[in-house]
Amino acid sequence: MSVLVDDDTRVVVQGITGGEGKFHAEQMMEYGTNVVAGAVPGKGGQEAAGVPVYDTVHEAVAEENADTSVIFVPPAFAGDAIFESLDADLDLAVAITEGIPTQDMARVNKRLSETDTRLIGPNCPGLITPGEAKLGILPGNIFAEGNVGLVSRSGTLTYQVVDSLTSRGIGQTTAIGIGGDPIIGTDFVDALELFENDPDTDAIVMCGEIGGEDEEEAAAFIGENVETPVAGFIAGRTAPPGKRMGHAGAIVSGSGTGTAESKISALNDAGVPVGDTPEEVADHIEGFLD
Amino acid sequence: MKLHEYQAKQVFADAGVPTPDSQLASDVDGVVAAAEEIGYPVAVKAQVQVGGRGKAGGIKLAEDEDEAREAADSILGMDLKGYHVDRVLVEEAVDFVNELYVGITMDRGEGEPVAMVSTKGGVNIEEVAEEDPEAIAREHIDPAFGMHPYQARKAVYDAGVDQSIARDVSSVLTTLYELWDEKDGSDAEINPLMVTSDNEVIAADAVMNIDEDALFRQPELAEMEEEAAGGDELEQKADEYGFDYVRLDGNVGIIGNGAGLVMTTLDLVDYYGGEPANFLDVGGGAKAARIANALDMVFSDDNVDSVVFNIFGGITRGDEVARGINEALEQFDEIPKPVVVRLAGTNWEEGMEILNEDLVTVDQTLEGAVQRAVEYADEVNEQ
Repeated sequence: MSVLVDDDTRVVVQGITGGEGKFHAEQMMEYGTNVVAGAVPGKGGQEAAGVPVYDTVHEAVAEENADTSVIFVPPAFAGDAIFESLDADLDLAVAITEGIPTQDMARVNKRLSETDTRLIGPNCPGLITPGEAKLGILPGNIFAEGNVGLVSRSGTLTYQVVDSLTSRGIGQTTAIGIGGDPIIGTDFVDALELFENDPDTDAIVMCGEIGGEDEEEAAAFIGENVETPVAGFIAGRTAPPGKRMGHAGAIVSGSGTGTAESKISALNDAGVPVGDTPEEVADHIEGFLD
Repeated sequence: MKLHEYQAKQVFADAGVPTPDSQLASDVDGVVAAAEEIGYPVAVKAQVQVGGRGKAGGIKLAEDEDEAREAADSILGMDLKGYHVDRVLVEEAVDFVNELYVGITMDRGEGEPVAMVSTKGGVNIEEVAEEDPEAIAREHIDPAFGMHPYQARKAVYDAGVDQSIARDVSSVLTTLYELWDEKDGSDAEINPLMVTSDNEVIAADAVMNIDEDALFRQPELAEMEEEAAGGDELEQKADEYGFDYVRLDGNVGIIGNGAGLVMTTLDLVDYYGGEPANFLDVGGGAKAARIANALDMVFSDDNVDSVVFNIFGGITRGDEVARGINEALEQFDEIPKPVVVRLAGTNWEEGMEILNEDLVTVDQTLEGAVQRAVEYADEVNEQ
C-alpha cells in the first residue's frame, strides 16, 4: 500500500520537452510510473519520451485521463504551470522547480486552499512508492518496498536517511520530499496525517531542518493525533543566526525562532526521538519495528 | 538581496514616501560639501548592510563643519562588524517628537503577506515583537487582491496611531505594500517613521530586501545588487561561482550537494568534536568544473585544516564529481589540505574507480568520512 501515488496514477509531465523534463520522464517510466502525456505550450501534437505532448494540461486530462502532474517548468513560468494544474482539477501536482518567486507561491497557496488538488513542493525531489511509481527526481534504486513512511524537507538528506534504512533491510511505503521553500503545498502535518491513516505504514521518519515553525507544528500534531511511532532528524544544529543555509526557508531568525534546538525539544516533548545522526534515526526505526 | 539604506530610500522616495534630504559621499570633503548643501545639523551614516550601526559607531550627528569632518573621519574606512565602510549617507537630521514602525513581510506560517504598524518605533522591532507582541498591529493581506485601503486604516488604528497623522501613516503603509508587491520584496520596513512637531511623517531609515529568486523580473534592482556587493572576500568569490556558501569559524571545510545534506555534514563534524569552517552546497547536477571551483573556494580559506566532501548523487553523478576532484587536485605538487571523500548514490561505483586515491582519503560512510576529516584537522592543530 501507499499514500498519494501508486501504479494506477496517470501522470502528465509539464515541461516534458525540456532537458530535465524529458530525462526524468524517461527515468520515471523506467521505474514503472504510468506517464501518459506531456504538456508544453506550443508543442502540442509532438511526441516526447514516447508519450503525446499537448499544449495544455486540460487537453492531457481530456485525451489521456491524466490525474497527476509533475512540473519541470522554469521558475519564471512555474507558478503559472501550477495554477494550470489546479484549474484542470488534478488530484495531485508535484512541482520540482527550484527558485519560484515567493510572491508567486503566495498566490498559488491562496488558490490552492480553494481547490481539491494536493500540491507537493515546489523545490522538492518529489515522492516515491517503492516498487510502484515515482514522481520526480529521486534515485529509485536506493528505495525498497516496506512499511516505513518518510517525509522530508530536504532531497539529498532523504536519500541519506533512506540509504541507512534500506541497507538494514527496512523498506518504505512512500517517501515524500515536501521541499525546503518558505511556502509549500503539502507540509509535515498533511504527510503525517496520510501516514497515520495508512494501514501499511508502521513507523514514520520525519526529516526537518532549521527555519520556520513547521516542525514545531508537526510535533504538536503528533502529540495529539499520531499513534504510529515517529523518529525525527533535524538538520542545521550548527547554523548561525541570520544566515541562509541554501534553502530559502532555512534561516534562523535573529530573535531565535526556527532553531534546531526548539524543533528537537518540541519533537521530544511529543514523544518523538530525534537522532543525532542519520544512522541513529535508523536505529530508532529498527527499535519501533522489532 | 538587501538594498543599502540609500538605495531603499531612493526607491521609497520615488514612490512618494517622504524622506529626509540626503546625499551619498565617499570622502571627508564630500561629506562636508553635502552637509553644507543640506544644512546642519546632519546625520552621517555608514552604508554597510549590518544592523546596529548606531551602537557600533557607524552613525554620528554633526552640528557644524568640524563635527562633520570628525564624523566622516571616524566612520569612513572603519571596520563595522567585518564590513569595510567606504560610503556614508549625509542626511538632514530630522527634529521629531515621535517614532513609529511600519513594515511589510511574508508570514511564511500563513503563506501570506502581513502589514505591521507600531507606535514603538525607533528601537529594535524584533525585541518589541518578542517582549510586547500586542504593541504591533498586524493585518494579513490576500496576495491575489493586494491591500485594501480599509486594511491599511485598520492596522494604523489598531496600533493606536494618533488621529492627526493616521491618514498620512496609512498612505505610507499603502505605498510600502505596493512597492513590496511590485518589486518582489521579502521585507519592506521603515523604522523609524519619524513624526515631526508639525505632524509630518518622514522615513528616517529604510529597509528593502528583495527575493533573489525574482531578480529576473527586477532588472533595475539587479543592477543595484552589483553596486551593493560587499563583505567577506570568500563570500564574494562564492557569489561569482554561484555557490550557496556561508563562512563559519571552524577549521573543517565542508562541501556537499543539497542544503539539508550539507547542514547534516556540518552537524556531524560538530558531533564528532570538530568545528565546521563553512557551508558549501554545490547544488544539483554539478559537473567536474564546478567541483574544482568548490575545492578552490575551500582551499582559499586560511582557517581550513582539512576538507570533507560529501556527495549523495541523485541528479549529481559520482563519476563527474570524482573527475572534478582529480582535476582540481592534480594541479598541486602537494595537496594544500587533506581531503576526505564520500560518494554515494548515482554512479558512486564509477566514481570510486576514477578517484585518485593518492590524492584523497576515501571513506564509504558519512560518519566515517566526517570522523576522518575531524582527525586530520586535529592533527594539523597539534603540529
